[in-house]
Parts: sequence; C-alpha cells; structure tokens
Amino acid sequence: MKQTKTTIQNGADLESFGVLRAAEQERGQKRKSGGGDGDAGGKPAGGAKLASKGQKLKEDMDSLLDEIDEVLEENAEEFVKNYVQRGGE
Amino acid sequence: MAIPKMMGTEVEFGITVRNDREFDPIAICVMLVNAYREEPGARILWDYDQENPLADARGFQADGEKYTPNQQENIARNKTLTNGARYYVDHAHPEYSCPEVTNPRDLVVHERAGERIVELSRRATRALLPEGMELLLHKNNSDRKGNSYGCHENYLMDRRTSFKQIVEQLMPFFVSRQIYSGAGKVGSENRANPCDYQLAQRSDFFETEVALDTMVKRPIINTRDEPHADREKYRRLHVIVGDSNMSEYTIWLRQGVTALVLAMIEDGAASRDLSLRDPVRAIREVSHDTALGLELELISGRKLSALQVQREYLEMALRYAADRLLPDWTPAILEHWGQVLDALARDPYELADRLDWVIKKVMIERFMERKGLNWQSPQVAMLDLQYHDLRPDKGLYFLLEQQGQVRRVVRDEEITRAIMEPPTDTRAYFRGQCLQRYGDEVFGVNWDSISFGAGGDAVKRILMAEPLKGSKAHVQELLERSKNASELVRNMSS
Repeated sequence: MKQTKTTIQNGADLESFGVLRAAEQERGQKRKSGGGDGDAGGKPAGGAKLASKGQKLKEDMDSLLDEIDEVLEENAEEFVKNYVQRGGE
Repeated sequence: MAIPKMMGTEVEFGITVRNDREFDPIAICVMLVNAYREEPGARILWDYDQENPLADARGFQADGEKYTPNQQENIARNKTLTNGARYYVDHAHPEYSCPEVTNPRDLVVHERAGERIVELSRRATRALLPEGMELLLHKNNSDRKGNSYGCHENYLMDRRTSFKQIVEQLMPFFVSRQIYSGAGKVGSENRANPCDYQLAQRSDFFETEVALDTMVKRPIINTRDEPHADREKYRRLHVIVGDSNMSEYTIWLRQGVTALVLAMIEDGAASRDLSLRDPVRAIREVSHDTALGLELELISGRKLSALQVQREYLEMALRYAADRLLPDWTPAILEHWGQVLDALARDPYELADRLDWVIKKVMIERFMERKGLNWQSPQVAMLDLQYHDLRPDKGLYFLLEQQGQVRRVVRDEEITRAIMEPPTDTRAYFRGQCLQRYGDEVFGVNWDSISFGAGGDAVKRILMAEPLKGSKAHVQELLERSKNASELVRNMSS
C-alpha cells in the first residue's frame, strides 16, 4: 500500500496545520484519529478504516450539534422567508 | 504547449439587513465597500476604458449599452486594494475579485482573504447602521426563491485554441464536475423538479448551453470575451457554472482540476468524445442525483454517469501528465482527484471533511435526526443558509473548521497576509505594490492597466498586457529605485 505523504505545493504540508491544532486545544476538544487533519494529505487508508470513516465523522459531529443549536438563527422561519436577493452577475 | 493557467475568482455575496425588510441593497452595498478603510484605495477610479463585456468569444459584438458610471459613482462603488484585488458593488451585491494567481493553492489563500475583507467591512458597518439593525453576508449563490448570483472563475487561455473546441470538450466536464465542486442546496427552484437536497446551488439556473448573458437565461458556458490582456494572444475563460465554495479543499480541487483540463484542451489531449445529448437537462439532473447513479445519454449512444464522465477526464489527464513537464501543483491535484472519485463511488460520506455538499448534508442530517426535523423544516433551510454566513462565530462552516472537522489546505497566517499583500508571481504584484508605494498618485486601475496622475499632471497609463509580467522577480528592483510614481514612469520609459 502506498504511504506517501502528499505535500500541496509551497511546503504546506497538510499534516502540519499549527493553527488548526491550536484552535482545537483551545476548545479542549479531544480528537480521535481519522478526522480533519490527522490522516489528511492523501494517504490511502485500509479498507476497513475507510468503510468506517464516514460513520465516524458523523459521530464526531455529535458534539458539534449542541454548538450548532446554540448559534443557529432563532427565528429560522422568518429569517428564511425574508431572505430575498436580487439576481446578480 | 499549453500556456500557464493563471486564474482568479469573482465572488458575489448575498446581503441582507436584519430587522429592515425594506433595505435598499445597492445603498447597503455601497456602505459596505466604503466601510472597508484601506488607504489609499478610497479615491481611486476603476478604469472602464478597457472594458467590453459585450464582446462575444464566438466573434461578434452584442447589442447593448456599456455601463460607465460617473466619477463620483465610480469611486463610491469600486475599491482597488493593496493586495491587487478589486472589491466593489456589482448590481445589488458586494463582489470580491481576487488578484491573479498562478496555482490553485494561492487561489484558496486569496479567495479566503476576500471573505475576511468582506467580513471586516461588515463589522465596520455596525457603527453606521441604526440600533437593532445588522448587516449579514452569505457566501452562497441563491436565495432559494429563484434569484441567483455567481462565483465566477477565470482562467487564462491561449487565443489559438478555438472556442468551438473549448465548448465541445468542456461541456461534459462542467456538467459532471459538480459531484465534487457543488456547494450543496436544500430544495430546488427556478421551476426545477422538487427535491430534498441537491449537489449544487447553481445548477437549477442554467437554461442554455452557450451564451453571453450571465443574468438571464444563464448558459453553462459563457462567451464573454474580455481578456484583460493582449487579446491577440490570450483569452480569459469566464466560467459562471460554479458554486461559491466554503471548503478550502473543494476550492483547491475545483480550481486545479479545471485548470488542468483546460491545459489538456489547449494541447489537444481532451479529445475523447463525451458530448452529452442534452447538457442543460443533464446539469440539473446530475445536481439532483445525490446517489450519483444517474446515467447520462451521450450523442455517441453511450450512457455514462457523471462519475464515469469524470473518470474519463481523469484517465485522459493521467495520460497527458505522464509524458509532460507540468506545473508543480499538478501531481497533488491528480492524486486527490482520483481519490475523490474513488471515494464518491464507494461512499460519498467518506468526504464529509472535504466536499462542501457532503459536509453540509451530513451536518443537516445529523441535526434533523437530533431534532426530529425533515427537509422541509425552516431550521433545515436555515442550516443551509447559515453554512455560508461570513461571521466567524455564527457561520456554520467556520464552526466546523474551528472544531477541526474539515480539511484545511492553507494556513491562517497566509490568509491574513493576503488581506494586504498581493501574490508575487503575477502582474497583481505590480498593481498591489503601486498602490502600497504610490497610492496617492494612482488615478485609475484596471486588471491590465494602472494610471498615475497626481495634481494637474497629465495622466500616464501603464499597460500590463502580459499577465505574468509585473511579478516580484520582474519589477522589485524597478520599484525600489522609484521613490514616487513620476520616477517610476521615468524609469520605465528610459
């Protein structure tokens, strides 16, 4: 199995996003492997791991739902109804 | 040999004012772009002399009146920034056109810097609006009521490649690329068939295959022929088919793959006949088919799914790349393009950290499950909308990003830097540097020109017909020995 680490030009290794890590630590999030940056950058993972990945990402998201609930516009119905744009371009 | 695929995007933002249903969008847009204070861009004209939005790539000039605002209106609506971007009012939307860049990664940096600039100016409007009112901005493409606004991509192309060839070889690509480039949308509009969720924001709006219009009867391939460069040598392909993406990975992949396919077309390496029988119908149907199983009819009689069409392009690309020296970003794009197509074939949810339409869909489904909602619930429409909200503490995409749920491509420091600094390897460097160094003396700017005229002096216009000239390597020394614009002009003509 290929295990090359992909570097996306200009030396920005996908695995070394200090900013991302810092943000996570700040929030005291305990991250399991396989999420946002852990195995990013194109390492094709094993079949079993891939199969469970989508499901796991969904689970990871659970902790987020509370936060989404908190910031979601309270008066959704009215907001969405009144959201009218003029065509552009 | 294909020419370098210089690129840039123009993003229009949705704009609304909380607690003011009667707001005038144009006045609010003017307030917004003028709230962004970056001296000296406040007094500089956008140079409309070189513009010709009615020129058609098929070789004629459309009827219509060219828009040229008076001086006061011009300054109020146009801001040229020290990073080489244009930030302005386009009809009833704020728009950010990023500076020209040479690769998909820099495009991500500069498009995202644009999001921050627009958000910074939004915050500055707080002091200008009455108590209780709040301006809100969304990086999306529709109000779900039949009104759409765009995210246009631009790619530098070789004038020698026939437009007919571009149309034929690009159409199946544009119809199918939304399986990874779509930003996701709840429901349908513009008389499209009803659906719960679809891949792309824009696909309901395309009504014809090829045309000059961008606002009515939108075409999949737009023929606007304004190269903003030497028109004997270059074409600027103006792509209006795409969505505004939030995900860095999606933007990166969209730009890289599209640029690569365009290079292949220039080199005659995209010649497989994939012509679709009915592209306009297909683009809607593909968008509505979240299971990705729908087969499209080709003129040749073959039937291929959007995924299979993309695989055909990928195969051509791999062959193309095998025996050529290509830009250094190409191998990563090829690798990830393949991975994404493989994952889409297995289970799109594997891409719930990378592709906007999947990220959004998973988020909504989890929320619906938790709350016992359905696709018609107003909260679900709100989740869709708020995914694109530019406020870092309310925008749902940003929330996912802060939680490490989505894959990054660039660093925050790079984005922050790009708010003020131009890319170094295109003419945007010269433009941005001139604004930084000689801003007081700049009279007007366009993509391919900058003119100086301080005091009562005659205006001197410098043309930049070669988009890759004016880079740091090319002009840094010149800039450093020119203390002011007059010296610059003198040094350039001596």
